[in-house]
Amino acid sequence: MAEIKRILVANRGEIALRAIRTIKEMGKEAVAIYSKADKGAHYLELADAAICIGDGPSSASYLNIPAVIAAAEVTHCDAIFPGYGFLSENQHFVEICTHHKIKFIGPTVEVMQLMSDKSKAKDVMIKAEVPVVPGSDGAIDDIDDAKKRAKVVGYPVILKAAQGGGGRGMRVVEDESYLENAFLAAESEAITAFGDGTIYMEKFIKDPRHIEVQIVADAHGNVIHVGERDCSMQRRHQKLIEESPAVVLTQEVRERVWDAAVRATKYIKYEGAGTFEFLLDSNLDFYFMEMNTRLQVEHTVSEMVSDLDLIELMIRVAEGEKLPSQDSITLKGHSIECRITAEDPIKFLPCPGKIGDWMTPGGKDVRVDTHVHAGYIVPTIYDSMIGKLIVYAENREKAIAKMHRALSEFKVTGIKTTVAFHHKMMENEDFISNNFDTKYLERYQG
Amino acid sequence: MDMKQIKSLMKDFDESTLSSMKINKEGFSIELEKATIAVAAPVAVAAPVAAAAPVAAAPAATEEIAGDKILSPMVGTYYASPSPDSPVFVKEGDIVKKGQPLAILEAMKIMNELEAEFDCKILKILVEDGKPVEYDMPLFAVEKI
Repeated sequence: MAEIKRILVANRGEIALRAIRTIKEMGKEAVAIYSKADKGAHYLELADAAICIGDGPSSASYLNIPAVIAAAEVTHCDAIFPGYGFLSENQHFVEICTHHKIKFIGPTVEVMQLMSDKSKAKDVMIKAEVPVVPGSDGAIDDIDDAKKRAKVVGYPVILKAAQGGGGRGMRVVEDESYLENAFLAAESEAITAFGDGTIYMEKFIKDPRHIEVQIVADAHGNVIHVGERDCSMQRRHQKLIEESPAVVLTQEVRERVWDAAVRATKYIKYEGAGTFEFLLDSNLDFYFMEMNTRLQVEHTVSEMVSDLDLIELMIRVAEGEKLPSQDSITLKGHSIECRITAEDPIKFLPCPGKIGDWMTPGGKDVRVDTHVHAGYIVPTIYDSMIGKLIVYAENREKAIAKMHRALSEFKVTGIKTTVAFHHKMMENEDFISNNFDTKYLERYQG
Repeated sequence: MDMKQIKSLMKDFDESTLSSMKINKEGFSIELEKATIAVAAPVAVAAPVAAAAPVAAAPAATEEIAGDKILSPMVGTYYASPSPDSPVFVKEGDIVKKGQPLAILEAMKIMNELEAEFDCKILKILVEDGKPVEYDMPLFAVEKI
């Protein structure tokens, strides 16, 4: 593989700027693309060239494959950096890039395909000896069969209708004494709701935490992990606060989850940066949930604790370079990221509009990844995330104190942001004592 | 064959997938050849002019050139003529009819013909042959007729 000289950044906002920065530091050229809605955004001036590819709606611009490819061609880019969202996990796009001899900075289309199919991905993980949520592997015949299977899976279990959805035909069973009633109820509910009483069983992971492992793999079969992240502070499956390391883990479990991710990466012959997401139960048993075959929003906290630039590694790997050895990577300290969105800090309703004052925090080990500025108009048609505030300190306690201080410096007027929410969370006893799970905010906010 | 028939033949040929055709009939012969190989279906040619919805978007700072303009409907490479050795589609001062080809925009190896959306006079050609153009970029300053 050859050296990459000019990279098209096929994204917008903070992640586009994040990529432009690394590309320029590496002595390469960055070409930005933008939609009419993003015309005039300041970060576009930081690229070596910026090209308008279509109208505001994503389908006409950032998701418009012919326009993105044409932009790469007219600007003579030899590679495309996809970022997250938009075309980053679009298999068709990867194929077209290959066809047009433009290097897609990410995995091959085959691996992407494999990991995007949830049931195929689960099968592969079982083969790679990565723990998955145990289940009945098919329909349950009758109540006796249910009892037998529940013993193997282990309580608590959840009964689910095969045709189900929206919670109907679903029952959580804490122990065997409840199983018969729950099974009959689930079955009859499934028949009424879906006309099919087929029920299967899965282990029920109660109030899990969300743990994920960052990996990077090169074309020579080398795989490294860049530690784990705890992304349990969520609201309706949207991550709000991410940290590295996950202090809930013991060192023994931590090493096991790293090993599982590295083993799986090797097994599927992955290339590039990726993330394995796991559910963690209260016994610290972890179960594979899914793999994201791209860079993630919260990659920053892994960068802070490892001192690596993950986008630089992605580009180097795409050029065919070998990764540094695992031993050369030291993970130390603690990093926290707060996602700042243009949303009401209590109800989380989107709040686009024109930003008045925009004063970002600073100081040692405080990082602000954002594309916005005073006077910036937050468009209504894209994601509400306007920036990420990241801090680093020697341990979690100090990182929380630093984040609290940084958030108190963060002044935004004109629109509502989640700065106030995060500020409150840094004072929240449960957050401080690390006593929360992915369902915490549902209970906390009622 | 009169002009009307020839015009209709040209239109049919233009819409066909053929790249060239020759007709010999009773001492009359006509040869038609398409400007480019594979003139594929235009990639979603959005109405180029006056499309900009006047919503929030800050007034698109589209140059200082006053008057009507024909904007590029896509990202691509601008070609002023059907092939390097053929004459240009239009020159400054030309009067063009609605539907008349003005240029070729190449994207992803596909040649897309840009047609006039209305009858107009070409006042100024704003881009150079063979140069990249972006979405919404003014290509021609025109005067509507």
